[in-house]
Amino acid sequence: MSLAELFSYPFMQRALLAALFTGLAAPAVGTYLVQRRLALMGDGIGHVAVTGVAIGLLTNTSPTWTAVAVAILGAVLIELIRERGHTNGDVALALLFYGGLAGGVLLTGLGGQSAVTLQHYLFGSITTISVADVLVTMGLAVLVIVVCVGLSPQLFATAQDQDFARVAGLNVRAYNMAIAVLGAVSVTVAMRTVGLLLVSALMVVPVATSQQLTRSFRTTLGAAMVLGTLASVGGLVVSAFASNRATVAPGPTIVLLSLAGFVITWPVGIWIRHRARLREPFPSLEPGQHTPTDHPHEHGPDCGHLAVPHDDHVDYVHDGHRHAPHERHYDEH
Amino acid sequence: MSVIDARDLTVAIGGRPVLREINLRVEDGEFVALMGANGSGKSTLVRALTQLWPLTGGTVELFGTPLDRFHDWHRVGFVPQRSTAASGVPASLWEIVASGRLSRRRLLRPLSRADRAAIHDAIEVVGLSHRYNDRVSQLSGGQQQRVLIARALAGEPDLFFLDEPTAGVDLPNQQALARALAELKRRGATILLVAHELGPLAELVDRAVVMRDGRVAFDGEPLADHAVHDPSLGDPHTHHHHVVRPSTDHVPDIRLGPGGRS
Repeated sequence: MSLAELFSYPFMQRALLAALFTGLAAPAVGTYLVQRRLALMGDGIGHVAVTGVAIGLLTNTSPTWTAVAVAILGAVLIELIRERGHTNGDVALALLFYGGLAGGVLLTGLGGQSAVTLQHYLFGSITTISVADVLVTMGLAVLVIVVCVGLSPQLFATAQDQDFARVAGLNVRAYNMAIAVLGAVSVTVAMRTVGLLLVSALMVVPVATSQQLTRSFRTTLGAAMVLGTLASVGGLVVSAFASNRATVAPGPTIVLLSLAGFVITWPVGIWIRHRARLREPFPSLEPGQHTPTDHPHEHGPDCGHLAVPHDDHVDYVHDGHRHAPHERHYDEH
Repeated sequence: MSVIDARDLTVAIGGRPVLREINLRVEDGEFVALMGANGSGKSTLVRALTQLWPLTGGTVELFGTPLDRFHDWHRVGFVPQRSTAASGVPASLWEIVASGRLSRRRLLRPLSRADRAAIHDAIEVVGLSHRYNDRVSQLSGGQQQRVLIARALAGEPDLFFLDEPTAGVDLPNQQALARALAELKRRGATILLVAHELGPLAELVDRAVVMRDGRVAFDGEPLADHAVHDPSLGDPHTHHHHVVRPSTDHVPDIRLGPGGRS
Protein backbone atom coordinates (compact mmCIF):
# COMPACT_ATOMS: atom_id res chain seq x y z
CA MET A 1 0.00 0.00 0.00
CA SER A 2 1.49 3.34 -1.02
CA LEU A 3 1.23 6.61 0.84
CA ALA A 4 -1.21 8.00 -1.75
CA GLU A 5 -3.46 4.97 -1.43
CA LEU A 6 -3.37 5.22 2.33
CA PHE A 7 -4.53 8.81 2.32
CA SER A 8 -7.28 8.19 -0.21
CA TYR A 9 -9.34 6.75 2.63
CA PRO A 10 -11.54 9.46 4.18
CA PHE A 11 -10.94 8.15 7.71
CA MET A 12 -7.18 8.55 7.19
CA GLN A 13 -7.63 12.09 5.90
CA ARG A 14 -9.62 12.98 9.02
CA ALA A 15 -7.02 11.33 11.22
CA LEU A 16 -4.24 13.21 9.46
CA LEU A 17 -5.94 16.58 10.01
CA ALA A 18 -6.54 15.80 13.67
CA ALA A 19 -2.91 14.70 14.14
CA LEU A 20 -1.58 17.82 12.40
CA PHE A 21 -3.53 20.28 14.54
CA THR A 22 -2.98 18.36 17.78
CA GLY A 23 0.74 18.18 17.12
CA LEU A 24 0.89 21.96 16.71
CA ALA A 25 -1.32 22.94 19.65
CA ALA A 26 -0.25 20.58 22.47
CA PRO A 27 3.47 21.58 22.61
CA ALA A 28 2.54 25.27 22.37
CA VAL A 29 0.78 25.15 25.75
CA GLY A 30 3.30 22.59 26.95
CA THR A 31 6.14 25.11 26.58
CA TYR A 32 4.52 27.47 29.10
CA LEU A 33 3.76 24.59 31.47
CA VAL A 34 7.39 23.43 31.35
CA GLN A 35 8.54 27.03 31.87
CA ARG A 36 6.48 27.18 35.07
CA ARG A 37 7.82 23.78 36.10
CA LEU A 38 4.30 22.35 35.90
CA ALA A 39 5.13 19.66 33.37
CA LEU A 40 2.73 17.19 34.95
CA MET A 41 -0.24 19.55 34.98
CA GLY A 42 -1.39 18.21 31.58
CA ASP A 43 -1.43 14.75 33.08
CA GLY A 44 -3.60 15.95 35.97
CA ILE A 45 -6.05 17.71 33.69
CA GLY A 46 -6.20 14.56 31.58
CA HIS A 47 -7.21 12.51 34.61
CA VAL A 48 -9.95 14.99 35.51
CA ALA A 49 -11.20 15.00 31.92
CA VAL A 50 -11.97 11.26 32.19
CA THR A 51 -14.91 12.20 34.40
CA GLY A 52 -16.01 14.67 31.70
CA VAL A 53 -15.96 11.94 29.05
CA ALA A 54 -17.94 9.62 31.33
CA ILE A 55 -20.57 12.31 31.95
CA GLY A 56 -20.93 12.68 28.19
CA LEU A 57 -21.32 8.93 27.73
CA LEU A 58 -23.80 8.72 30.63
CA THR A 59 -25.99 11.56 29.40
CA ASN A 60 -25.67 10.66 25.71
CA THR A 61 -24.22 14.08 24.86
CA SER A 62 -20.95 14.68 22.99
CA PRO A 63 -18.10 13.45 25.24
CA THR A 64 -15.81 16.04 23.64
CA TRP A 65 -17.80 19.00 24.94
CA THR A 66 -18.42 17.56 28.42
CA ALA A 67 -14.68 16.76 28.58
CA VAL A 68 -13.83 20.37 27.63
CA ALA A 69 -16.16 21.69 30.34
CA VAL A 70 -14.92 19.39 33.11
CA ALA A 71 -11.26 19.79 32.11
CA ILE A 72 -11.55 23.60 32.26
CA LEU A 73 -13.24 23.33 35.65
CA GLY A 74 -10.48 21.03 36.89
CA ALA A 75 -7.71 23.24 35.49
CA VAL A 76 -9.14 26.36 37.15
CA LEU A 77 -9.38 24.46 40.43
CA ILE A 78 -5.76 23.27 40.11
CA GLU A 79 -4.65 26.85 39.37
CA LEU A 80 -6.53 28.19 42.41
CA ILE A 81 -4.91 25.58 44.67
CA ARG A 82 -1.50 26.39 43.19
CA GLU A 83 -2.02 30.15 43.56
CA ARG A 84 -2.75 29.76 47.26
CA GLY A 85 0.67 28.17 47.50
CA HIS A 86 -0.25 25.79 50.29
CA THR A 87 2.60 23.55 51.27
CA ASN A 88 0.39 20.51 50.75
CA GLY A 89 -0.88 21.81 47.42
CA ASP A 90 0.53 18.83 45.56
CA VAL A 91 -1.45 16.47 47.78
CA ALA A 92 -4.61 18.41 46.95
CA LEU A 93 -3.73 18.02 43.27
CA ALA A 94 -3.28 14.27 43.71
CA LEU A 95 -6.73 14.05 45.31
CA LEU A 96 -8.19 15.85 42.31
CA PHE A 97 -6.36 13.66 39.77
CA TYR A 98 -7.37 10.31 41.17
CA GLY A 99 -10.86 11.49 42.05
CA GLY A 100 -11.25 12.44 38.38
CA LEU A 101 -9.95 9.14 37.06
CA ALA A 102 -11.93 6.96 39.49
CA GLY A 103 -15.09 9.01 39.00
CA GLY A 104 -14.79 8.61 35.24
CA VAL A 105 -14.39 4.85 35.34
CA LEU A 106 -17.27 4.50 37.83
CA LEU A 107 -19.64 6.70 35.82
CA THR A 108 -18.85 4.81 32.61
CA GLY A 109 -19.84 1.58 34.30
CA LEU A 110 -23.02 3.14 35.69
CA GLY A 111 -23.95 4.30 32.21
CA GLY A 112 -23.79 0.70 31.01
CA GLN A 113 -20.87 1.45 28.67
CA SER A 114 -18.11 -1.07 28.34
CA ALA A 115 -14.52 -0.30 29.24
CA VAL A 116 -13.71 -0.49 25.51
CA THR A 117 -15.65 2.74 24.88
CA LEU A 118 -13.70 4.53 27.57
CA GLN A 119 -10.48 3.11 26.19
CA HIS A 120 -11.01 5.13 23.00
CA TYR A 121 -10.60 8.22 25.12
CA LEU A 122 -7.92 6.93 27.47
CA PHE A 123 -5.51 5.84 24.74
CA GLY A 124 -6.90 7.62 21.69
CA SER A 125 -8.59 6.31 18.58
CA ILE A 126 -7.66 8.76 15.91
CA THR A 127 -8.81 6.55 13.03
CA THR A 128 -12.42 6.42 14.27
CA ILE A 129 -12.76 10.20 14.59
CA SER A 130 -15.92 11.70 13.05
CA VAL A 131 -16.16 14.74 10.78
CA ALA A 132 -17.75 16.79 13.55
CA ASP A 133 -14.97 15.83 15.97
CA VAL A 134 -12.31 16.80 13.43
CA LEU A 135 -13.90 20.23 13.03
CA VAL A 136 -14.09 20.73 16.81
CA THR A 137 -10.48 19.57 17.19
CA MET A 138 -9.30 21.97 14.49
CA GLY A 139 -11.27 24.91 15.89
CA LEU A 140 -10.02 24.42 19.44
CA ALA A 141 -6.44 23.84 18.26
CA VAL A 142 -6.46 27.08 16.27
CA LEU A 143 -7.73 28.92 19.36
CA VAL A 144 -4.89 27.46 21.46
CA ILE A 145 -2.21 28.28 18.87
CA VAL A 146 -3.44 31.86 18.29
CA VAL A 147 -3.47 32.69 22.01
CA CYS A 148 -0.17 30.94 22.77
CA VAL A 149 1.68 32.66 19.95
CA GLY A 150 -0.18 36.00 19.96
CA LEU A 151 0.14 36.63 23.69
CA SER A 152 3.60 35.07 23.92
CA PRO A 153 5.37 38.21 25.29
CA GLN A 154 2.86 38.49 28.16
CA LEU A 155 2.63 34.75 28.85
CA PHE A 156 6.43 34.46 28.75
CA ALA A 157 6.91 37.33 31.21
CA THR A 158 4.35 36.03 33.73
CA ALA A 159 5.71 32.49 33.60
CA GLN A 160 9.28 33.77 33.90
CA ASP A 161 8.85 35.98 36.97
CA GLN A 162 5.43 36.57 38.55
CA ASP A 163 6.51 39.31 40.93
CA PHE A 164 8.18 41.28 38.19
CA ALA A 165 5.19 40.87 35.86
CA ARG A 166 2.84 42.11 38.58
CA VAL A 167 4.93 45.23 39.23
CA ALA A 168 5.08 45.80 35.47
CA GLY A 169 1.29 46.14 35.64
CA LEU A 170 0.35 42.83 33.98
CA ASN A 171 -2.76 41.02 35.18
CA VAL A 172 -0.82 37.98 36.34
CA ARG A 173 -3.87 36.14 37.62
CA ALA A 174 -5.67 36.41 34.29
CA TYR A 175 -2.64 35.12 32.37
CA ASN A 176 -2.19 32.22 34.81
CA MET A 177 -5.84 31.31 34.36
CA ALA A 178 -5.47 31.63 30.58
CA ILE A 179 -2.65 29.05 30.62
CA ALA A 180 -4.72 26.71 32.79
CA VAL A 181 -7.73 26.99 30.48
CA LEU A 182 -5.59 26.59 27.36
CA GLY A 183 -4.02 23.51 28.94
CA ALA A 184 -7.48 22.05 29.52
CA VAL A 185 -8.55 22.81 25.96
CA SER A 186 -5.45 21.25 24.43
CA VAL A 187 -5.90 18.16 26.61
CA THR A 188 -9.31 17.63 25.05
CA VAL A 189 -7.93 18.43 21.61
CA ALA A 190 -5.30 15.70 22.03
CA MET A 191 -7.77 13.31 23.66
CA ARG A 192 -8.77 11.67 20.39
CA THR A 193 -5.21 11.54 19.04
CA VAL A 194 -3.07 10.12 21.85
CA GLY A 195 -5.65 9.65 24.59
CA LEU A 196 -6.10 11.25 28.01
CA LEU A 197 -3.46 9.13 29.73
CA LEU A 198 -0.76 9.97 27.18
CA VAL A 199 -1.74 13.58 26.49
CA SER A 200 0.94 15.05 28.73
CA ALA A 201 3.62 13.33 26.67
CA LEU A 202 2.64 15.24 23.53
CA MET A 203 2.64 18.49 25.54
CA VAL A 204 5.97 18.00 27.29
CA VAL A 205 8.26 15.65 25.32
CA PRO A 206 8.61 17.90 22.21
CA VAL A 207 9.54 20.79 24.53
CA ALA A 208 12.11 18.67 26.35
CA THR A 209 13.55 17.68 22.98
CA SER A 210 13.71 21.16 21.50
CA GLN A 211 15.29 22.75 24.57
CA GLN A 212 18.27 20.43 24.21
CA LEU A 213 19.30 22.43 21.17
CA THR A 214 17.87 25.93 21.62
CA ARG A 215 19.06 29.05 23.37
CA SER A 216 15.96 31.25 23.29
CA PHE A 217 12.33 30.87 24.28
CA ARG A 218 10.93 31.67 20.87
CA THR A 219 12.95 29.03 19.06
CA THR A 220 12.07 26.52 21.80
CA LEU A 221 8.37 27.23 21.28
CA GLY A 222 8.61 27.04 17.48
CA ALA A 223 10.80 23.93 17.43
CA ALA A 224 8.54 22.17 19.93
CA MET A 225 5.53 22.82 17.69
CA VAL A 226 7.38 21.47 14.65
CA LEU A 227 8.60 18.40 16.57
CA GLY A 228 5.10 17.77 17.95
CA THR A 229 3.66 17.87 14.43
CA LEU A 230 6.37 15.57 13.06
CA ALA A 231 5.77 13.09 15.87
CA SER A 232 1.97 13.04 15.60
CA VAL A 233 1.79 12.88 11.79
CA GLY A 234 4.78 10.53 11.60
CA GLY A 235 3.36 8.27 14.31
CA LEU A 236 0.04 8.07 12.49
CA VAL A 237 1.69 7.12 9.18
CA VAL A 238 4.02 4.58 10.80
CA SER A 239 1.16 2.91 12.65
CA ALA A 240 -1.00 2.84 9.51
CA PHE A 241 1.74 1.11 7.50
CA ALA A 242 2.64 -1.28 10.30
CA SER A 243 -0.97 -2.27 10.93
CA ASN A 244 -0.83 -4.60 7.90
CA ARG A 245 1.28 -6.96 9.95
CA ALA A 246 0.31 -6.31 13.55
CA THR A 247 -2.08 -4.25 15.64
CA VAL A 248 -0.21 -0.97 16.06
CA ALA A 249 -2.18 1.70 17.92
CA PRO A 250 -1.47 5.26 16.67
CA GLY A 251 -1.53 6.93 20.12
CA PRO A 252 1.38 5.04 21.69
CA THR A 253 3.29 5.13 18.37
CA ILE A 254 3.09 8.93 18.36
CA VAL A 255 4.33 9.15 21.94
CA LEU A 256 7.15 6.65 21.38
CA LEU A 257 8.24 8.47 18.21
CA SER A 258 8.32 11.71 20.17
CA LEU A 259 10.39 10.04 22.89
CA ALA A 260 12.75 8.64 20.27
CA GLY A 261 13.36 12.24 19.15
CA PHE A 262 14.33 13.12 22.69
CA VAL A 263 16.67 10.15 23.03
CA ILE A 264 18.46 11.23 19.83
CA THR A 265 18.84 14.91 20.77
CA TRP A 266 19.72 14.39 24.42
CA PRO A 267 23.40 13.46 23.87
CA VAL A 268 23.68 16.33 21.37
CA GLY A 269 22.35 18.70 24.05
CA ILE A 270 24.85 17.40 26.59
CA TRP A 271 27.66 17.92 24.10
CA ILE A 272 26.51 21.48 23.26
CA ARG A 273 26.28 22.43 26.94
CA HIS A 274 29.70 20.91 27.56
CA ARG A 275 31.18 22.99 24.72
CA ALA A 276 29.49 26.13 26.08
CA ARG A 277 30.95 25.53 29.54
CA LEU A 278 34.44 25.18 28.09
CA ARG A 279 34.06 28.51 26.32
CA GLU A 280 33.03 30.30 29.52
CA PRO A 281 35.56 33.03 30.24
CA PHE A 282 37.59 32.49 33.39
CA PRO A 283 37.48 35.20 36.04
CA SER A 284 40.55 37.39 35.56
CA LEU A 285 43.26 36.24 37.92
CA GLU A 286 45.81 38.45 39.56
CA PRO A 287 49.05 38.41 37.56
CA GLY A 288 51.60 36.01 38.94
CA GLN A 289 49.10 33.25 39.69
CA HIS A 290 50.24 30.93 36.94
CA THR A 291 51.64 27.45 37.10
CA PRO A 292 54.06 26.71 34.25
CA THR A 293 53.90 23.25 32.70
CA ASP A 294 56.18 21.48 30.28
CA HIS A 295 54.24 20.45 27.26
CA PRO A 296 55.75 19.06 24.08
CA HIS A 297 52.71 19.78 21.88
CA GLU A 298 52.72 23.01 19.86
CA HIS A 299 49.24 24.63 19.99
CA GLY A 300 48.08 26.67 17.03
CA PRO A 301 45.00 27.61 15.04
CA ASP A 302 44.81 24.20 13.38
CA CYS A 303 45.89 21.92 16.20
CA GLY A 304 42.35 20.67 16.83
CA HIS A 305 42.13 21.81 20.44
CA LEU A 306 39.38 24.24 21.38
CA ALA A 307 40.75 27.79 21.42
CA VAL A 308 39.24 30.20 23.95
CA PRO A 309 40.05 33.93 24.05
CA HIS A 310 41.23 34.90 27.53
CA ASP A 311 42.02 38.58 28.17
CA ASP A 312 44.99 39.39 25.90
CA HIS A 313 45.87 35.86 24.77
CA VAL A 314 44.34 32.57 23.67
CA ASP A 315 43.92 29.49 25.87
CA TYR A 316 43.74 25.95 24.53
CA VAL A 317 41.55 23.31 26.11
CA HIS A 318 43.63 20.20 26.50
CA ASP A 319 42.87 16.99 28.43
CA GLY A 320 40.34 18.66 30.71
CA HIS A 321 42.37 21.78 31.52
CA ARG A 322 43.21 25.06 29.85
CA HIS A 323 46.59 26.52 29.20
CA ALA A 324 48.22 29.24 27.17
CA PRO A 325 51.71 29.47 25.65
CA HIS A 326 53.93 31.78 27.70
CA GLU A 327 57.52 32.37 26.69
CA ARG A 328 58.97 28.86 26.44
CA HIS A 329 56.45 26.99 28.55
CA TYR A 330 52.65 26.74 29.06
CA ASP A 331 50.70 28.53 31.78
CA GLU A 332 47.88 26.59 33.40
CA HIS A 333 44.63 28.45 33.93
CA MET B 1 5.69 66.05 45.64
CA SER B 2 7.63 63.03 46.89
CA VAL B 3 8.24 60.04 44.63
CA ILE B 4 7.51 57.67 47.51
CA ASP B 5 5.40 58.80 50.46
CA ALA B 6 4.55 56.09 52.99
CA ARG B 7 2.64 57.10 56.12
CA ASP B 8 2.11 54.84 59.12
CA LEU B 9 2.65 51.86 56.81
CA THR B 10 1.83 48.65 58.67
CA VAL B 11 1.99 45.10 57.36
CA ALA B 12 1.05 42.00 59.29
CA ILE B 13 1.66 38.50 57.98
CA GLY B 14 -0.32 35.72 59.60
CA GLY B 15 -1.35 38.02 62.45
CA ARG B 16 2.23 38.98 63.30
CA PRO B 17 3.31 42.57 62.65
CA VAL B 18 6.23 42.66 60.21
CA LEU B 19 6.25 46.38 59.49
CA ARG B 20 5.10 48.78 62.21
CA GLU B 21 3.99 52.33 61.39
CA ILE B 22 6.72 53.17 58.93
CA ASN B 23 7.00 56.73 57.67
CA LEU B 24 9.25 57.09 54.66
CA ARG B 25 9.52 59.84 52.06
CA VAL B 26 11.84 59.59 49.10
CA GLU B 27 12.34 62.67 46.95
CA ASP B 28 12.92 62.84 43.21
CA GLY B 29 16.45 61.76 42.23
CA GLU B 30 17.43 60.40 45.63
CA PHE B 31 19.48 57.19 45.98
CA VAL B 32 18.33 55.57 49.21
CA ALA B 33 19.87 52.42 50.68
CA LEU B 34 17.48 50.39 52.80
CA MET B 35 19.57 48.39 55.22
CA GLY B 36 19.23 46.21 58.28
CA ALA B 37 19.56 42.68 59.54
CA ASN B 38 17.90 39.66 57.98
CA GLY B 39 14.25 39.62 58.99
CA SER B 40 14.16 43.32 59.84
CA GLY B 41 11.48 43.88 57.17
CA LYS B 42 13.49 45.47 54.32
CA SER B 43 12.18 43.18 51.60
CA THR B 44 8.63 43.27 52.96
CA LEU B 45 8.73 47.07 52.85
CA VAL B 46 9.70 46.98 49.16
CA ARG B 47 6.97 44.41 48.47
CA ALA B 48 4.43 46.60 50.27
CA LEU B 49 5.51 49.69 48.29
CA THR B 50 5.15 47.79 44.99
CA GLN B 51 1.73 46.39 45.98
CA LEU B 52 3.01 42.82 46.10
CA TRP B 53 1.93 42.64 49.76
CA PRO B 54 -1.36 44.17 50.93
CA LEU B 55 -1.07 46.91 53.55
CA THR B 56 -2.64 46.22 56.93
CA GLY B 57 -2.72 49.91 57.74
CA GLY B 58 -1.43 53.31 56.64
CA THR B 59 -1.12 54.78 53.17
CA VAL B 60 1.41 54.73 50.35
CA GLU B 61 1.59 57.25 47.53
CA LEU B 62 3.80 56.81 44.47
CA PHE B 63 4.31 59.97 42.39
CA GLY B 64 1.52 61.58 44.44
CA THR B 65 -1.09 58.90 43.61
CA PRO B 66 -2.39 56.52 46.30
CA LEU B 67 -1.21 52.96 45.62
CA ASP B 68 -4.68 51.51 45.03
CA ARG B 69 -5.33 54.07 42.31
CA PHE B 70 -1.83 53.96 40.84
CA HIS B 71 -1.71 52.66 37.26
CA ASP B 72 1.50 54.17 35.85
CA TRP B 73 3.48 51.00 36.53
CA HIS B 74 5.70 51.75 33.55
CA ARG B 75 7.24 54.49 35.74
CA VAL B 76 8.34 51.82 38.25
CA GLY B 77 11.19 49.36 37.69
CA PHE B 78 11.49 46.37 39.99
CA VAL B 79 14.43 44.02 40.48
CA PRO B 80 13.10 41.18 42.64
CA GLN B 81 15.26 39.20 45.01
CA ARG B 82 16.11 36.00 43.24
CA SER B 83 19.24 34.05 42.67
CA THR B 84 18.69 33.27 39.00
CA ALA B 85 17.02 34.73 35.94
CA ALA B 86 16.44 31.28 34.43
CA SER B 87 13.26 29.18 34.41
CA GLY B 88 12.18 25.78 33.11
CA VAL B 89 12.68 26.61 29.42
CA PRO B 90 15.73 28.23 27.81
CA ALA B 91 15.45 31.98 27.38
CA SER B 92 17.97 34.31 25.80
CA LEU B 93 19.33 37.37 27.54
CA TRP B 94 17.58 39.56 24.97
CA GLU B 95 14.20 37.91 25.61
CA ILE B 96 14.42 38.40 29.39
CA VAL B 97 15.35 42.06 29.00
CA ALA B 98 12.65 42.54 26.34
CA SER B 99 10.02 41.31 28.80
CA GLY B 100 10.81 44.41 30.87
CA ARG B 101 9.45 46.51 28.03
CA LEU B 102 5.93 45.05 28.41
CA SER B 103 4.85 47.78 30.81
CA ARG B 104 5.01 50.16 27.85
CA ARG B 105 3.69 47.84 25.11
CA ARG B 106 0.11 47.27 24.06
CA LEU B 107 -1.37 43.82 23.48
CA LEU B 108 -0.67 42.10 20.16
CA ARG B 109 1.58 44.86 18.84
CA PRO B 110 5.05 44.09 17.49
CA LEU B 111 8.07 45.80 19.05
CA SER B 112 8.47 49.38 17.85
CA ARG B 113 11.79 50.94 16.97
CA ALA B 114 11.76 52.80 20.31
CA ASP B 115 11.18 49.49 22.15
CA ARG B 116 14.17 47.88 20.43
CA ALA B 117 16.37 50.88 21.15
CA ALA B 118 15.40 50.86 24.85
CA ILE B 119 16.14 47.11 25.13
CA HIS B 120 19.48 47.55 23.39
CA ASP B 121 20.38 50.49 25.62
CA ALA B 122 19.43 48.58 28.79
CA ILE B 123 21.72 45.67 27.87
CA GLU B 124 24.53 48.09 27.09
CA VAL B 125 24.19 49.92 30.43
CA VAL B 126 24.75 46.69 32.38
CA GLY B 127 27.66 45.85 30.09
CA LEU B 128 26.39 42.59 28.59
CA SER B 129 26.11 43.53 24.90
CA HIS B 130 28.50 40.73 23.95
CA ARG B 131 26.15 38.08 25.42
CA TYR B 132 23.01 39.30 23.57
CA ASN B 133 21.75 35.93 22.29
CA ASP B 134 23.20 33.71 24.98
CA ARG B 135 21.08 31.37 27.04
CA VAL B 136 20.60 33.19 30.33
CA SER B 137 21.15 30.05 32.42
CA GLN B 138 24.73 29.92 31.10
CA LEU B 139 25.60 33.30 32.62
CA SER B 140 27.16 33.50 36.06
CA GLY B 141 25.04 34.48 39.05
CA GLY B 142 26.36 38.04 39.01
CA GLN B 143 25.71 38.40 35.29
CA GLN B 144 22.15 37.11 35.80
CA GLN B 145 21.60 39.83 38.41
CA ARG B 146 22.74 42.36 35.81
CA VAL B 147 20.23 40.86 33.36
CA LEU B 148 17.45 41.41 35.92
CA ILE B 149 18.54 45.05 36.29
CA ALA B 150 18.57 45.49 32.52
CA ARG B 151 15.03 44.08 32.41
CA ALA B 152 13.85 46.73 34.88
CA LEU B 153 15.75 49.35 32.89
CA ALA B 154 14.12 48.43 29.57
CA GLY B 155 10.81 49.96 30.67
CA GLU B 156 12.62 53.31 31.15
CA PRO B 157 11.19 53.87 34.64
CA ASP B 158 11.70 56.91 36.87
CA LEU B 159 11.74 54.92 40.11
CA PHE B 160 13.72 51.76 40.80
CA PHE B 161 13.21 49.21 43.55
CA LEU B 162 16.15 46.82 43.84
CA ASP B 163 15.88 43.97 46.33
CA GLU B 164 19.36 42.73 47.35
CA PRO B 165 20.93 42.79 43.88
CA THR B 166 24.39 42.29 45.36
CA ALA B 167 23.63 39.21 47.47
CA GLY B 168 26.05 36.44 46.55
CA VAL B 169 27.62 38.41 43.69
CA ASP B 170 31.39 38.48 43.18
CA LEU B 171 33.37 41.72 43.26
CA PRO B 172 33.81 42.32 39.49
CA ASN B 173 30.05 41.89 39.02
CA GLN B 174 29.33 44.17 41.98
CA GLN B 175 31.50 46.78 40.30
CA ALA B 176 29.59 46.32 37.02
CA LEU B 177 26.34 46.72 38.99
CA ALA B 178 27.70 49.91 40.57
CA ARG B 179 28.56 51.30 37.14
CA ALA B 180 25.02 50.55 35.89
CA LEU B 181 23.42 52.18 38.94
CA ALA B 182 25.72 55.21 38.64
CA GLU B 183 24.49 55.65 35.08
CA LEU B 184 20.87 55.44 36.27
CA LYS B 185 21.56 58.01 38.96
CA ARG B 186 23.19 60.29 36.40
CA ARG B 187 20.01 60.07 34.30
CA GLY B 188 18.02 61.33 37.29
CA ALA B 189 16.30 58.11 38.41
CA THR B 190 15.07 57.71 41.98
CA ILE B 191 16.48 54.52 43.49
CA LEU B 192 15.51 52.52 46.56
CA LEU B 193 18.06 49.78 47.07
CA VAL B 194 17.74 46.99 49.62
CA ALA B 195 21.15 45.73 50.67
CA HIS B 196 22.73 43.90 53.52
CA GLU B 197 26.16 45.28 52.65
CA LEU B 198 26.82 48.07 50.16
CA GLY B 199 30.35 47.28 48.97
CA PRO B 200 31.17 49.23 45.78
CA LEU B 201 27.69 50.80 45.81
CA ALA B 202 28.48 52.82 48.95
CA GLU B 203 29.71 55.93 47.15
CA LEU B 204 26.43 56.27 45.19
CA VAL B 205 24.19 56.35 48.25
CA ASP B 206 22.71 59.72 49.26
CA ARG B 207 20.86 58.52 52.29
CA ALA B 208 20.63 55.40 54.42
CA VAL B 209 17.53 54.01 56.10
CA VAL B 210 18.22 51.24 58.59
CA MET B 211 15.43 48.96 59.71
CA ARG B 212 15.18 46.94 62.86
CA ASP B 213 12.30 44.71 63.95
CA GLY B 214 9.96 46.22 61.38
CA ARG B 215 10.64 49.85 62.32
CA VAL B 216 12.88 52.53 60.90
CA ALA B 217 15.79 52.64 63.36
CA PHE B 218 17.88 55.21 61.52
CA ASP B 219 17.26 57.63 58.67
CA GLY B 220 19.97 60.01 57.56
CA GLU B 221 23.48 60.36 56.17
CA PRO B 222 24.90 57.24 54.52
CA LEU B 223 26.58 54.91 56.96
CA ALA B 224 29.67 52.83 56.51
CA ASP B 225 28.95 49.11 56.33
CA HIS B 226 30.17 48.56 59.84
CA ALA B 227 28.10 51.33 61.39
CA VAL B 228 24.93 49.63 60.15
CA HIS B 229 25.82 46.65 62.23
CA ASP B 230 26.15 48.74 65.36
CA PRO B 231 24.42 46.91 68.19
CA SER B 232 22.22 49.97 68.82
CA LEU B 233 20.69 49.27 65.42
CA GLY B 234 19.99 45.75 66.47
CA ASP B 235 22.22 43.77 64.19
CA PRO B 236 24.63 41.48 65.97
CA HIS B 237 26.88 41.16 62.97
CA THR B 238 28.21 37.68 62.49
CA HIS B 239 31.91 38.35 62.09
CA HIS B 240 32.18 40.85 64.94
CA HIS B 241 32.18 39.98 68.57
CA HIS B 242 29.35 42.10 69.86
CA VAL B 243 27.40 40.88 72.81
CA VAL B 244 24.22 39.38 71.41
CA ARG B 245 21.35 41.35 72.86
CA PRO B 246 18.41 39.36 74.16
CA SER B 247 15.52 39.33 71.75
CA THR B 248 12.86 41.93 72.51
CA ASP B 249 10.22 39.93 70.72
CA HIS B 250 6.96 39.20 72.49
CA VAL B 251 6.92 35.50 71.80
CA PRO B 252 6.41 33.52 74.99
CA ASP B 253 9.54 31.62 75.84
CA ILE B 254 8.36 28.08 76.43
CA ARG B 255 10.77 25.79 78.15
CA LEU B 256 10.27 22.47 79.78
CA GLY B 257 10.20 22.32 83.55
CA PRO B 258 12.45 19.92 85.44
CA GLY B 259 11.66 16.41 84.34
CA GLY B 260 9.05 17.74 81.92
CA ARG B 261 8.20 16.01 78.70
CA SER B 262 6.97 17.51 75.51
